[in-house]
Amino acid sequence: MDALFLSRLQFAATTMFHFLFVPLTLGLSIMVAWMETRYVKTGDETYLKMTKFWGKLFLINFAVGVVTGITLEFQFGTNWSIYSAYVGDIFGSLLAIEATAAFFLESTFIGVWIFGWNKLSKKAHAGVAWLIAFGSNLSAVWILIANAWMQSPVGFTIRDGRAELVDFVAVITQKFAIVKFIHTVTAAYVLTAFFVMGISAYHLLKKQHIEFFTRSFRAGLTFGLVSSLVVFILGDLNGVVVAEKQPTKLAAMESQWETQTRAPLYLFSWPDEKNERNAIEIGAIPGALSFLTKHDINAEVRGLKDFPPDERPPVFITSFAFKGMVGLGCVFILLTVVGWFKRNKLLENPKYLKIMMYSIPLPYLAVQLGWLLTEIGRQPWIVYGLIRTSDAVSPISTSQVAISLIGFIVVYSLLGIAGFSLIAKYAIKGPDSDDSEEDIQPGAALDTSAA
Amino acid sequence: MELQSIWFFLWGLLWAIFFMTDGYDFGIGTLYPILGKNEEDKRVMINAIGPLWDGNQVWLITAGGVTFAAFPIVYAVMFSSLYTALMLILFALIIRGVSFEFRGKIDNPRWIKIWDTCIFVGSFLPALLFGVAFANIFKGIPIDENGIFQGNVLALFNPYGLLGGVLFVMLFVQHGAIWLTIKSDGDLHENAMRISRKTWPILLSVAVIFLVYTKFATNLYDNYLANPVLLLVVLLTVAGLLGSRIFMAKQEFFKAWFSSALTIVGTIFFGVIGLFPNLFPSSLDPAYSLTAFNASSSPLTLKIMLVVVVIFVPVILAYQIWAYNLFKTKVNKQEMTY
Repeated sequence: MDALFLSRLQFAATTMFHFLFVPLTLGLSIMVAWMETRYVKTGDETYLKMTKFWGKLFLINFAVGVVTGITLEFQFGTNWSIYSAYVGDIFGSLLAIEATAAFFLESTFIGVWIFGWNKLSKKAHAGVAWLIAFGSNLSAVWILIANAWMQSPVGFTIRDGRAELVDFVAVITQKFAIVKFIHTVTAAYVLTAFFVMGISAYHLLKKQHIEFFTRSFRAGLTFGLVSSLVVFILGDLNGVVVAEKQPTKLAAMESQWETQTRAPLYLFSWPDEKNERNAIEIGAIPGALSFLTKHDINAEVRGLKDFPPDERPPVFITSFAFKGMVGLGCVFILLTVVGWFKRNKLLENPKYLKIMMYSIPLPYLAVQLGWLLTEIGRQPWIVYGLIRTSDAVSPISTSQVAISLIGFIVVYSLLGIAGFSLIAKYAIKGPDSDDSEEDIQPGAALDTSAA
Repeated sequence: MELQSIWFFLWGLLWAIFFMTDGYDFGIGTLYPILGKNEEDKRVMINAIGPLWDGNQVWLITAGGVTFAAFPIVYAVMFSSLYTALMLILFALIIRGVSFEFRGKIDNPRWIKIWDTCIFVGSFLPALLFGVAFANIFKGIPIDENGIFQGNVLALFNPYGLLGGVLFVMLFVQHGAIWLTIKSDGDLHENAMRISRKTWPILLSVAVIFLVYTKFATNLYDNYLANPVLLLVVLLTVAGLLGSRIFMAKQEFFKAWFSSALTIVGTIFFGVIGLFPNLFPSSLDPAYSLTAFNASSSPLTLKIMLVVVVIFVPVILAYQIWAYNLFKTKVNKQEMTY
């Protein structure tokens, strides 16, 4: 255990924890803004109730997302100072632009939205909701451009031992960044859709607030169906750019050891890293890997053995993160397509509703696997091909990092428990009851016992 | 002026705006156990900063981000050498941020007590530690030629550093008390006013001692001696300090708040101007100091970032002023959100 190992652990833990909350912010901000817009346009009070109910869950989630985001900005400097000095010209600028152009918008207007119900016109208040949605999604643009640059550095030159910016446009318009952005935010929308559908399913199964949650479920279903298709298509394009820019990651993802043309895709394989081969390979589809990576069944795919061992990422975890993510992606398409055919008779399909209720955690798992693949698959580099993770750590003492890591584990565990129990509590409680809605049964709906 | 000098002062400006805005949030959080005598008062205090604190805090993210972008080496050395202090600030900001949202969500005295404590610790600790950190930067940090910290974390808590911490706490307490006076009525309004009046002489004494001690602990005055007209900044700061007291006495609260804001901005600029061109001076050898000229990004990055800042900072200020204007009225006790 040294400062490097602990810093990697700390970064992984804090980033993955942060990303438990970010996706819901990205998607639910849009859904809530849409609900409020429907309310303004139709005057239908159910939409207002939906705005308030989903808005409350959004805000609890948002609070944890915001505070854990500060950690990331601090951490590049505290734990990765060599990296920071090396790439600040480019990576630092992108973070600074994110703060000024996007994060301010989101954070300023969130206060206005929470406190402005009686201070703004209905239209203006709904407009504020859109500004929050726009701001948070714009934040994702800049953060993902920054991450894409770590995966595929462009538009720079090395001068005095630092990467200096020479072409800003190349950095922000590279294909890697665009594909990554769409893939990541649509994955966030899938997570949001399953969150909304799952909670709605819970109430529909209990036969309470039927109109309210049928509408919510169907909104989530449309959002989820479109998003899970887009996320899959973009995932495929993502594979193509990874193959082009990060051949080692691609080879690890597919546990492809030998370089070959017309490379097959295995339905299942179990990598044996020590002997540089797969212990198990089942279900070869000839040429499929070549087709997926180059869109040509005869194309050559480079295997891991083509690269020196000290430039290969950990194969086992990379390949399983990839397969898990793709498998879950297929499940999301299946579940939303099935849902589409049942959308008009949800109450008659309790089994489907039950599956959807228990599916809430699946997209959370999928996005975490996605980031594991992205970041572990890039190793041993912190910036692909330019600087190694092991050369990027701050000259700090092991004990400092050990103490802060323990601090994070304690604080984040409590924060996670508190955040998710509050979300569960208010999700189970259902919309605020008043007398205007017929189907509210106070006894059942207001069960506030902690989940 | 060269790009690097422009960026040096923009860097100072962003920190100044952060302390000017989030400063009163820290102040109210610090006063929370003293002025929050009952549940209603506590909730008024939280709702007094509720709509604005989140937007205020982004000035910190921006100040940090801009340090990273414009002075990457300073960002790297500053954040890694002040590791433990920054981690403490971070944890404090984390618990403060969720407290407002979480506190009222479960109606249980023990739950509420937890978040009450977090609000106080999460406000007082950053106020103190930012002061300690900045005073130590004014004084110089023991970094070697490779930017590696050669000291002990506890060494940051030297008398001058601690005095800086106390100064920041008192500045923010004053600023917070004035904001709370604006936002509250009844007993809380009177109590906030009384706190402002009572703590003002303490703030004044701490400020005077700090100014004098700075002469002996730092080289900040060198720039002022070389260019005495710069002492106007000190004068403005003192004017702000006197103004806040006078306007409070006249019950012209908004003017008092602006005076207090001027004091905070002036205090930061007093240090920043004195530091120039050092951003992170070394106490071991001036040759190891990180300056605007030896630690900056490439000219292209500085230019692009300047365009970004020149476009967006006025836009941000415009919508934040709009938001402030929306929430400058007293907290309505019937409509408290938190």
